[in-house]
Amino acid sequence: MDFFLSRYRNLTVLLIVIATQLLLIAYQVKTNKDVPLIRVWAVTTVTPAEQALELVRRYTWGFVEDYFVLLGVRSENEKLKHENGSLKIENNYLKAELSTADRARALSVFQAHSQSTTVAARVIGNGTGANSKVVFVDRGSASGVESGMAVVTPDGIVGKVVDAYPTASLVMLMTDPTFAAGVVSQKNHVHGTLKGQGHSECLVDYVQNEEPVEIGEWFYTSGDDRIFPKGFPVGQVRASRNGKTFKEIYLAPSGMQGGVEEVLIVLQGVHEQIPEGEVASPGYKILAPPTVSASDQPAAAEDSALQATDADRLRQIYKQAGASQNHVFGEGTPGSKPPDFTKIPTLRGAAPAASAGAPAPGQPGGAAPSGTSASAKPAAPVSPTDKSTAINSTTPTKAQPAPASVPKPKAPPRGPILEAEPAAGDSPPAESISTPAIKPDRPPAGATLNAQPASPRLQTPASQ
Amino acid sequence: MTEYTEHLIKTPRHATENKFRYVWMVIVPLVAILSQVYIPRFFSFLAYLELPLLVTVHFALSRGGPIAALLYGMSIGLAQDSLSHQPIGMFGIVKTLVGYFAATVSMRFEVENPVVTFILSFFFYFFHQFFYWVLARALLGETITFDAQQTLMFGLLNAAVALPLFRVLDKLKVAQ
Repeated sequence: MDFFLSRYRNLTVLLIVIATQLLLIAYQVKTNKDVPLIRVWAVTTVTPAEQALELVRRYTWGFVEDYFVLLGVRSENEKLKHENGSLKIENNYLKAELSTADRARALSVFQAHSQSTTVAARVIGNGTGANSKVVFVDRGSASGVESGMAVVTPDGIVGKVVDAYPTASLVMLMTDPTFAAGVVSQKNHVHGTLKGQGHSECLVDYVQNEEPVEIGEWFYTSGDDRIFPKGFPVGQVRASRNGKTFKEIYLAPSGMQGGVEEVLIVLQGVHEQIPEGEVASPGYKILAPPTVSASDQPAAAEDSALQATDADRLRQIYKQAGASQNHVFGEGTPGSKPPDFTKIPTLRGAAPAASAGAPAPGQPGGAAPSGTSASAKPAAPVSPTDKSTAINSTTPTKAQPAPASVPKPKAPPRGPILEAEPAAGDSPPAESISTPAIKPDRPPAGATLNAQPASPRLQTPASQ
Repeated sequence: MTEYTEHLIKTPRHATENKFRYVWMVIVPLVAILSQVYIPRFFSFLAYLELPLLVTVHFALSRGGPIAALLYGMSIGLAQDSLSHQPIGMFGIVKTLVGYFAATVSMRFEVENPVVTFILSFFFYFFHQFFYWVLARALLGETITFDAQQTLMFGLLNAAVALPLFRVLDKLKVAQ
């Protein structure tokens, strides 16, 4: 045995070691159990070294990595700067393209909805001259453009064509000192003449100091100049003050906000309505006509038929006075005794009473036409049920009751009644409180153009 | 038999024996195992390197004693098994055999010759992989395939790595 072990010692050890490990494997496979002790030793030995390696790697390799990264930072920074510049240029270009597209779309929409015949043009250059505000557009007489045509944008008017060449036209902008156009305000319908000033604002001239113009109010073309069709926006009032002779009104042209690049040349203009704005306050309160009860309706209708005017009422008084004296009008021969009209008490005392419901124009308390309302002086409130008070208050003579022969006017006033500011504590009739909206029935300024159009380009919407 | 082949056969390595310090005998296999489990994390193409096997072969060839070599191989193999999910003993048996046979061969050949080192490294790699496959099929019943062509290729690569590695490991030895 000793010989065998000494003779085959290496082989014996090998077999023992192999057998041991085979048994170890067999045990693990058979019992499906691990040998945790060996694994714990191995893992405990290896993992700390692994952690140290990882720590070293993290700092050394990370440092080296950062170093190489930082080496490229400068060149990358330069590259990014260059790229950023290129992107900025591209961004600005695309913004400009987008803005151009938006303007072009706005122009096309405006062209589609406008009744005027227009042709789109693009500004291709500025005119020479220190103060002149003229530009060249790329549409000329070959496109139907003629001198004197209006140039607009969807935002407002821009100028007018002063020269038309075959391939281009010279457009005088509304800011040119020699530019002028007829304008009208939206709210108060104040007419004036727009004048260029050589800078960004325009002046509206020839407006009386008494005319009300508010800051922020819009002005539109009035069509008076026979160049710009009526109803195109011009601009908003930036400043308005009284001048020596006329009001000084400065507008910010709406058609030139943000520069002028694409415009529309109005080949054939059509007058349009000025958009409804806020109705200006007349400065006094206008009552609605009193309601008429059902019982008064036939009498009121009769009176209104007979006494439509003051002259009718006077005629009725004289006719009744003549009838009371058995006088037949139209049958008296020359030299016969005329009726004694001096016996008519109403001519002195009751005549105002007869006309109290509708005093003569010019009389205090009279219903003035709406157009002359500024000169009319407001009178005290008059109620149809309190006419005697009205007589006493308006007649300096001694008040006398109206004779029975004189018919008492029953008709309530049909027109608006002017009412002064009521005193504190006064309670006006309920029907007097409401204020009807009055729309000034002013004929459009372009109506004269419609009647006899001097320019064949201007047409009314009705004529379209 | 030529003079060169006679020299290869008759000049065993341990005639002029240089031996490792014991500390290196611990550190080197530890580093080899660490390299095997750590480096492929970042360089997956280095997973084919079987550094523990090469260390075992180098120790067996340089140490000379079959018992020491097989025990050394067994230890490295068991350490590998401990870090794997296989039953402990698979790599242990294979590396035990490798250590034994390498030590046996080193007693017959001049293993410091690069050609012999290359051939032995290639052979033992192939033997290691093949025997592991046999054990896995026989003992564990695993149906893993053995790709001989790939194994031969990886054997050549490991043999190529073994040449400089053995030079480096030879520097750690001290003359006795």
